Amino acid sequence: MADLTSNFLGIKSPNPFWLASAPPTDKEYNVRRAFEAGWGGVVWKTLGAEGPPVVNVNGPRYGAIHGADRRLLGLNNIELITDRPLEVNLEEMARVKKDYPDHALIASVMVPCEEDEWKRIIPRIAETGCDGFELNFGCPHGMAERGMGSAVGQVPEYIEMVTRWCKEATDLPVIVKLTPNITNILLPAQAAKDGGADAVSLINTINSITNVNLDAMAPEPMIDGKGTHGGYCGPAVKPIALNMVAEIARNPGTHGLPISGIGGVTTWRDAAEFMALGAGNVQVCTAAMTYGFKVVQEMISGLSQWMDEKGYTSIEEVVGRAVPNVTDWQYLNLNHVTKARIDQDACIQCGRCYAACEDTSHQAISMSEDRVFDVKDDECVACNLCVNVCPVDGCITMETIAPGAMDERTGKVVEKEYANWTTHPNNPSATAAE
Amino acid sequence: MPQTNRENGVSPGRLTPADVQANFADLHPAYDEHEALVAADRCYFCHDAPCMTACPTTIDIPLFIRQIATGTPEAAAKTILDQNILGGMCARVCPTETLCEEVCVREVAEGKPVEIGRLQRYATDTLMAKGVHPFVRAAETGKQVAVVGAGPSGLACAHRLAMLGHNVVVFEARSKGGGLNEFGIAAYKSTNDFAQKELDWLMAIGGIEIRYQQALGQSITLDGLQDDFDAVFLGMGLTAVNALRLDGEDKTNVTDAVDFIADLRQASDLTALPVGRRVVVIGGGMTAIDAGVQAKLLGAEDVTIVYRRGQEAMAASKFEQDLARQKGVTLICNATPVGIEGNGSLTAVTFAYTETRDGKLETLDETFTLPADQLFKAIGQKLGDTPDGLTLDGGKIAVNDAQKTNLANVWAGGDCASGGDDLTVTAVAEGRDAAMDIHATLTGAS
Repeated sequence: MADLTSNFLGIKSPNPFWLASAPPTDKEYNVRRAFEAGWGGVVWKTLGAEGPPVVNVNGPRYGAIHGADRRLLGLNNIELITDRPLEVNLEEMARVKKDYPDHALIASVMVPCEEDEWKRIIPRIAETGCDGFELNFGCPHGMAERGMGSAVGQVPEYIEMVTRWCKEATDLPVIVKLTPNITNILLPAQAAKDGGADAVSLINTINSITNVNLDAMAPEPMIDGKGTHGGYCGPAVKPIALNMVAEIARNPGTHGLPISGIGGVTTWRDAAEFMALGAGNVQVCTAAMTYGFKVVQEMISGLSQWMDEKGYTSIEEVVGRAVPNVTDWQYLNLNHVTKARIDQDACIQCGRCYAACEDTSHQAISMSEDRVFDVKDDECVACNLCVNVCPVDGCITMETIAPGAMDERTGKVVEKEYANWTTHPNNPSATAAE
Repeated sequence: MPQTNRENGVSPGRLTPADVQANFADLHPAYDEHEALVAADRCYFCHDAPCMTACPTTIDIPLFIRQIATGTPEAAAKTILDQNILGGMCARVCPTETLCEEVCVREVAEGKPVEIGRLQRYATDTLMAKGVHPFVRAAETGKQVAVVGAGPSGLACAHRLAMLGHNVVVFEARSKGGGLNEFGIAAYKSTNDFAQKELDWLMAIGGIEIRYQQALGQSITLDGLQDDFDAVFLGMGLTAVNALRLDGEDKTNVTDAVDFIADLRQASDLTALPVGRRVVVIGGGMTAIDAGVQAKLLGAEDVTIVYRRGQEAMAASKFEQDLARQKGVTLICNATPVGIEGNGSLTAVTFAYTETRDGKLETLDETFTLPADQLFKAIGQKLGDTPDGLTLDGGKIAVNDAQKTNLANVWAGGDCASGGDDLTVTAVAEGRDAAMDIHATLTGAS
């Protein structure tokens, strides 16, 4: 049996599945249920400064997009940080940590960008016995308008500054949570590292309007006829998150900086993908909000089974394993030639591959009168669209054409040697191969 | 369901009114909105979809299902009705298991097709519940067309002609329209007087007049119609039935299944409708199943359908056969009736086993006898007397691809015409296609 025990920045947890700082971790009741359900750790809902807490709207906070069968694919929210008094949260955190010493308990924090504010609250929170801090520089709505959250996360200099203040205020690990609402994730990640962060966590939610109420002509979720952008999360954001995680993991300046992966983790497979791209653990929110805390059981059993099948014995063996294979487009092997192959036994003859290829791609699939669909090798550019639109998993696959064989589309023999755009004759700035 | 009347013979009130009402509830209850959305989400929106090809009226099924899925069932209904003006009835009575749903790629993949029929009903019911008639007539052409028969083919023909601006008079032999939709379909497939509601809804287009109790060869003649109208469409269905040609066929309680089905559909109180304690149905088609199942649902203790050939040759679909078995009807294949027993009243039917040798059905010596106090004959319908001069083909009015007969300005469609299966949906397609050809002829477009 694979060992799922997680050691992230020295913070131990029974597994690498943490609940992200979000509505599910707003209070003791939920967090206890989460730990009982099997979650390895929890990042407590973001704490704000002492004094009257923030207030939330009293209308709907969430919007969503759905796939077939009303499967929730993306969720957005306009909820703020915790709206409960700081003291109440701290008392509850201390109680929970005492009862669950082997589980990770991280405090998420967001206070105004003033040194004494941060340096006052960090030690106070540390008294709860929490295992570390996560600095919320990501929240894109409400708090940003007050100069916090993503308003900080979008200015690398602020990230570095605040991170440094926090590191000066505590010996506990400090994780900096990054906003994706920037053009280059490397800059805030580098700033966090320069400020002394022990890790970054990403992504926070994405600025979004999920839908428009066409009767009221206002965005949803709608509050008294008006709407505002919210933070987008759930399965739909996973690809964006994976890319940002991978960029940080492979960039020489940030490579090696521990990462807590966040963004649409819904199954064990999503978690494994984040870890393969360099995340030391993952944080989950939307999957729990959609299905309840029990989903972690599938994540645990699935990750464990997969690791056993692959012969991985610990989480460390998985983390970062795919990073060396993330490269720039210009280094992709242009001599690697594949063709689509349709498994006629698996094909259910829906014809979607044909429609997609014929209407929108390269006219490389033929259709017979009795609905047999075949790939025309002399037209197929191996774009993979047919694979993606086919409703039957594994029915259409890509076959690699062996070196020495003919690519019927180009009429050229497939070459054995790796060759990329940097050396291609069509590239005006090609460098000599030799 | 407790039996309340076990008398031998043919007798009413065999079950309580509550049981009868439950038995004759909608076979496929209407989807609510949630069910419809879940079902619609299963459609793959196939290219050149097999379901569409399998539909005799070529409804754009992937499109209408997508319209349901995106919250516009009214647009979905328009897509359906564009091709099939009786899409509401067809959604209820089509043997989808041998048409669209049989070839659904999800049937191929998972043995569970998208429930196209029920989705079609959801769309058409939604539109009709709003009292909307989504078609408007073209400018009047001044042409007059006679349609014989207010059944599926006649109504489809009349509606299309009216839409194209022609004036239509429909001559219906009975005192009520709808044809087999009204008289010939099991009650649990068309509840709440749907056939008449659909007829009324269809008539809302305007330009159609129905004259009842006008049978061809009696109050009207084809010659007369040809003289009085610019074109004539014949859609009077099959008005005669085949006989067993056995001694005793005239005994009391030996009747045609189509009459039983019609009586049942027209009955205002099903518990008042008499049915045998032991019922035998002879035949292997939908009529046999409809009669057998409904006899059982009325409270007959034993119902046996006997078919002379093997099960694989039965015209009733597997779904229909399974339905009969599920309702407690016994199916016996490879047996043919050889004796109708009883003194005055029926008491039993004797059958001989059959065997198919070299493609020929042979009657064997071995026999068995089923006690019976009611016998329904469901061995097929045939064309009634037809006007002179019409060319026939295989016992039906011969038509070409455009539903045109050999006579000038006379078209035919539905069960009375050659070609196609004897299905509501096929009749609709033929009536519609005939209308298009009539229109082309009358407007000189062809």
